[in-house]
Amino acid sequence: MKLSSHWIREFVDVAADDRQLAADLTDIGLGVEGMEVSGADTIFEVEIGTNRPDAMNHYGVAREAAAFYNLPLKPLPALSHDPATQGKAFPIEIKEPSLCPRFSGRVIRNVRIQASPDHVADRLRLLDQRPINNAVDATNYVLWEIGKPTHVFDLDLIEGGKLIIRRANAGEKLKTLDGVERTLTSDDLVVADAKKAVALAGVMGGFDTMITEKTRNVLIESAWFDPASVRAASRRHGLHTDASHRFERGADFESTPISCDRVAQLILDSGGGELEGGIVDIVARVMEQAPITLRLREVDRILGKGIQTAEISRILQRLGCELIPAGDKDVEFVVRVPSWRLDIEREIDLIEEIARLYGYNRFSNTLPAYSGEVVESAEAEKSRVLRSRALALGYDEAVSLSFISHADAETFSATRLLELENPQSEEASVMRSTLVPGMLDMIGWNLNRDADDVRLFELGETFEFRGEKRAEPKRACLGATVASLRNSLPRSEALDASKGPAAEAAEAFRCIKGDVENLLRRFESGKLSFDRQTPDYYHRGRSARALIQGEAVAQFGQLSPAIAAARKLRQDVYLAEIDLERLYLLPLRHARSAVLAKYPSVERDFSFVFSDAVTFADMERAATKLGIAELRAFRPAEIFRGGSVPAGSYSVLLRVTLQSDEGTLRDDQITSASTKIVTALQELGGTQRV
Amino acid sequence: MEKMAPPLRIVIPGKVHRNDPPDASHSPMFHQIEGLCVDTNITFADLKGTLDHAMKALFGSTVKTHFRPSFFPFTEPSAEMYVSCFICGGSGRRGDAPCRPCKQTGWIEILGCGMVDPNVFEFVKLSGYDPARVSGFAFGMGVDRIALLKYGVDDIQLFFQGDVRFLHQFG
Repeated sequence: MKLSSHWIREFVDVAADDRQLAADLTDIGLGVEGMEVSGADTIFEVEIGTNRPDAMNHYGVAREAAAFYNLPLKPLPALSHDPATQGKAFPIEIKEPSLCPRFSGRVIRNVRIQASPDHVADRLRLLDQRPINNAVDATNYVLWEIGKPTHVFDLDLIEGGKLIIRRANAGEKLKTLDGVERTLTSDDLVVADAKKAVALAGVMGGFDTMITEKTRNVLIESAWFDPASVRAASRRHGLHTDASHRFERGADFESTPISCDRVAQLILDSGGGELEGGIVDIVARVMEQAPITLRLREVDRILGKGIQTAEISRILQRLGCELIPAGDKDVEFVVRVPSWRLDIEREIDLIEEIARLYGYNRFSNTLPAYSGEVVESAEAEKSRVLRSRALALGYDEAVSLSFISHADAETFSATRLLELENPQSEEASVMRSTLVPGMLDMIGWNLNRDADDVRLFELGETFEFRGEKRAEPKRACLGATVASLRNSLPRSEALDASKGPAAEAAEAFRCIKGDVENLLRRFESGKLSFDRQTPDYYHRGRSARALIQGEAVAQFGQLSPAIAAARKLRQDVYLAEIDLERLYLLPLRHARSAVLAKYPSVERDFSFVFSDAVTFADMERAATKLGIAELRAFRPAEIFRGGSVPAGSYSVLLRVTLQSDEGTLRDDQITSASTKIVTALQELGGTQRV
Repeated sequence: MEKMAPPLRIVIPGKVHRNDPPDASHSPMFHQIEGLCVDTNITFADLKGTLDHAMKALFGSTVKTHFRPSFFPFTEPSAEMYVSCFICGGSGRRGDAPCRPCKQTGWIEILGCGMVDPNVFEFVKLSGYDPARVSGFAFGMGVDRIALLKYGVDDIQLFFQGDVRFLHQFG
């Protein structure tokens, strides 16, 4: 909203310059967003909150400035003309007191309709308002001066010499000032003459009764209309006007006759003519705000101590409130709120006014005393641990959007989905039930920009229905290009000594498996077991699930090549998904010191060939079932396929660590243990290589 | 407040979703942090002090805070809080050039806040929130916007694309 600095200063003698005035208005809640010099004046672009219709005009802002600077606000000039003739008051009948509790009117005869004088037209132009003629401009001027919408009719076009404020008849027609013929409903309030509607009340006047250069006699209307009714009519007819804007937010009941007089003043000053009779002020229903009790101890309780009683009184009085001491010892007031402040209804509203005009930044910055403790959310530390470890493993943290397509949801999950009512696109039409599509999109984004060494992780919620209830289980997702996995593993540590793409892919799989194990072991996961029951979007041979106590906690592996091709991924991609809902049930693992071994350990290697059907887990189980106390570790050191190893089989170098707590192991103990292990492995179907 | 009796001091970060068409400064998904403090002794001065303390922790001990009256449905009095621009230090300029993040004003709007409106306590009076006995403050901020300004990121979409060239700038 544009406001003129000169016009504001007409009502209050502010010493501060425009920059300071703008800053001070902003600090009391009337934000000056911009300033533009216009000749000798400055135009402020002011953001006025929707709850402050009283400040959407120059007099209201002047009042605010007067309250802040503790200066007197100049009163509005009273009407300086007297009626030339008396006579019967112009008849005005209010049929809907609840929708129109007050209506003021004045009649001016023998007016000359012409251009407004410069001081009126110039001010309107400064605010980007177009001057039309002196009568219409008068209403526009008063709107910007004191914020009250008014209207002027050509009196001779009012049929039957009376005004009636009534509901429209269903289907009644009215051509409004913009030339549009409108069909009204019985919910519309109209100002009407004896024959027809002449205005859509509070919104726009009628075309047929408007002021033209032929007009000789003018009828001025200034009324108070119910905000909800004006808002409804404005919406119903798609007509938002300066008038409806103010009526919707609450006009000033007491300014109805005052604004009627101001319009009359301007018309008489500019166009001559005479007042006929006095003001006709019909009050169908008195609108008065209930007085509010203000307790000073409540001001202290909410704002903090320190504002003097004298300053509180001063602020409220400058805003137009009347303070009547109540109770004893000046601790309580009954406050009568001015008619233009419909937004002040409760004690807390008064307290805000006090704080606002005292100056928010004058309050000291304090910290409240408290007893008790700070409790982190239960999963905060667990997330922190996972995040640090994933970063340490070389995964960059990423955040993807919460929405995926139906197609992706069906490919990568099997839960009941949360559909969006207003999706922006099919690609973003459901709340994500899995982190995988988002991860694949991000990996693909990087691959398409020639970044092929990419590892990302995301910790986030997915969304699903479980029965009737919505759930947002936490998940972790890792994504890695095969190049990044290859780059991360020193060649010397590769398990598979074979050559060829299958061996390399298997190594990549073991890399991401190792990363998953690393993350799971941050928790008291016990011994992990693995199976192959991964969903179809994983490669059949290079994927697995990790289980803790028989429950699947993670699944990981190479993305199915068919899906990778369909998504146009330029490289093989490996994924891992961790069910944090399950994982977070476990406590974090904390280091526990164990007594250092007193006696040296020995290692023995056994080279075997096994059929592909025998897994390392089988071999490990066979070895541990022997119950050899000195068996401390049983690991695969190397595997090999091809060469002299028959197809359908693989060669594995198993490394055993033996150690005793009773003494250095003797050769016969070592041999005994080795023999048992070899026998067990042969019973499993392995052939020892020598 | 429906579930927990006062005193209550809580900070809640989270993702929010809005049907905003995505552009350089809008995303249909972004992040907010909300805070609520309710006790028998909480004042407007405490609101200012708590936030001033937090802003200094976030942006450095020389940063200043400034509060302006505003309007929110759940708080009364309501305020917008600004910090002195952490890019130009509050001068509005960077050498000869105007400072864009603070639009040359020297201040950056960070969050909305205010004292919890007594009407809000009325809803949870049965959980222990008698508006005559307790008072409190609340605040809310958009995290992505602050990150855009603090790190000089020109497009919010960058936060959600996972481009490693962008992510590695923060390593």
